[in-house]
Amino acid sequence: MTTLSPSAAPGTLRYQLAEFWGSFSASRGALVGLLFITFILLIALFAPWVAPHDPALQNRDAFLVPPVWHAEGSWRYVLGTDAVGRDVLSRLIHGARFSLSISAMVVVLSMAVGIFLGLLAGYFRGWLETVITRLMDVVLAFPSLLLALGLVAVLSPGLTSAMIAIALVQLPYFVRLTRAAVIGEKDREYVTASRLAGAGHGRLMFNTLLPNCMAPLIVQATLSFSTAILDIAALGFLGMGVQPPTPEWGAMLANAREFMGSAYWAVTFPGLVILLTVLMINLMGDGLRDALDPKLKRS
Amino acid sequence: MTAEAVIHAVNLTRHYRIKSGPFAAPAVVKALNEASFDLYPGQTLAVVGESGCGKSTLARVLTMIEPPTSGELTINGHRVELKEGEPPPADLRRDVQIIFQNPYGSLNPRKTVATMLEEPLKLNRRDMSAAQRRQAAMEMIDRVGLRPEHVDRYPHMFSGGQRQRIAIARALMLHPKVLVLDEPVSALDLSIQAQILNLLADLQEEFGLAYVFISHDLSVVKRIADDVIVMYFGQPVETGHAAEVFSHPRHPYTQALFSATPVADPNRRKERMRLQGEPPSPLSPPPGCPFAPRCFKATSECSLEDPPLEPVSAHVNVACIHVEKARLTLRP
Repeated sequence: MTTLSPSAAPGTLRYQLAEFWGSFSASRGALVGLLFITFILLIALFAPWVAPHDPALQNRDAFLVPPVWHAEGSWRYVLGTDAVGRDVLSRLIHGARFSLSISAMVVVLSMAVGIFLGLLAGYFRGWLETVITRLMDVVLAFPSLLLALGLVAVLSPGLTSAMIAIALVQLPYFVRLTRAAVIGEKDREYVTASRLAGAGHGRLMFNTLLPNCMAPLIVQATLSFSTAILDIAALGFLGMGVQPPTPEWGAMLANAREFMGSAYWAVTFPGLVILLTVLMINLMGDGLRDALDPKLKRS
Repeated sequence: MTAEAVIHAVNLTRHYRIKSGPFAAPAVVKALNEASFDLYPGQTLAVVGESGCGKSTLARVLTMIEPPTSGELTINGHRVELKEGEPPPADLRRDVQIIFQNPYGSLNPRKTVATMLEEPLKLNRRDMSAAQRRQAAMEMIDRVGLRPEHVDRYPHMFSGGQRQRIAIARALMLHPKVLVLDEPVSALDLSIQAQILNLLADLQEEFGLAYVFISHDLSVVKRIADDVIVMYFGQPVETGHAAEVFSHPRHPYTQALFSATPVADPNRRKERMRLQGEPPSPLSPPPGCPFAPRCFKATSECSLEDPPLEPVSAHVNVACIHVEKARLTLRP
């Protein structure tokens, strides 16, 4: 691969990317989603510079200040403050860091383990497949949030255990998708040809089969990402995820719950941000699926 | 003669066990039954027969994708000992390579041509550097009639004929002695078929390759085969020199098969033999000769026992009790 000439002739990576971009950008929703996600990512990346206040700083003279468009609101706290005088906007901006990075780690963890187990199950079949798929069925049999809650309770509440719990809950989807894709591909003749050339099990699984099974997995990864954001928020809301004073969207919702009637802004904005992020990621995932799926059919 | 044969097969048999239900005993399908032949360098052995007669099973056994249930397979003087699900032994897989029927399924859609051609070298020739591998791939791509700029493209950018050329190039990268061609041209246009067949003929001459040519297209087989095996229901019914089998088919199935070949002559009156019925179900084979229920020569004796292959002339063996046996006992 290293000796490839860097021309942009048809067949090169650049050509494929252009082709992919063509079908991806045909969907307006996907583009909007991509733009929004890029925006959130940038904000998360530059949070300390973008945020007007320290997210953990409590201002004793500014409890539950309403947003700027209210009569009592001020430009100092654009989206208002919460019950202990912390700036909601700053907390949302810093919260993006946690929500996105935790979700990203959950997806990577879940995808890596899921792909590995799915490859094993689909490639070797037999008793190994039975064991793996039954285990995944057991995980699926529990309501996902309940299982995550139980796991976190056992592992002690905190960021790492929340991540592991949510990754485990997401695992079956990756395992099943990979297994199904591998079973569909493994009897194709190019796999046999590779085997006859002397490729061993590892090479067949990871080098020959995996790249041909990636399209549905990429789509699942984006969808998992949004589920992970929701689950992290839910765990935070229930007090089992990120611990205070870390600004996390779900925990923010939980802390402001009791003021829902008097200070709607402390609840509404975290909820709105979660909703928008999840929606946009799903839009982008749909676009990805549309861009990647016809390619599968064509080959 | 046996010593120089590149493939020496004795009574190759491949059975599949098929589960018919959770409590039923697994049924045995005899996909390939007692095929024996010798293949010499530079020769083409054609295997013909209708769909489901075991041609592709023979290909899978010869390329060591699957082990034979019984029988002996000797490749290039080495006896093949293979277990179920195991990759073929390194020294033997270099000697036998396969070309598949469908060039759209046999090339990895995510790999460039160069990557595909270099893969066999990467796995089997640890002594070669990346540059040498690239060089070898370029030479081979030129040899099969593609252009150098094709090597960095992906399979979906090629036509069927070009893809089959790539598949041939990949099979030849390790310089095998035997190429198993599993209906290599049946998925291609007629004009492309001729190009590919010519290429195969050139390569055979250049590399001294032995071909096992599996096909149901008798006009193609007639042109290129030295020897032929006619198979029916998993077993050879007529084997021997292609010229003699084609000019003088003896087994009733061979006769019926050949009469079904279209001839490009509008004035020729068709004397086509029509076979009655369908091939028997492999799960419940008929007693005796498997062809008897469809055979126009069948008598009550036919269902008594399965006739063995017996010599009917110096170069042809036939499995039929109604064909006169050769008096000369050249072969045991």
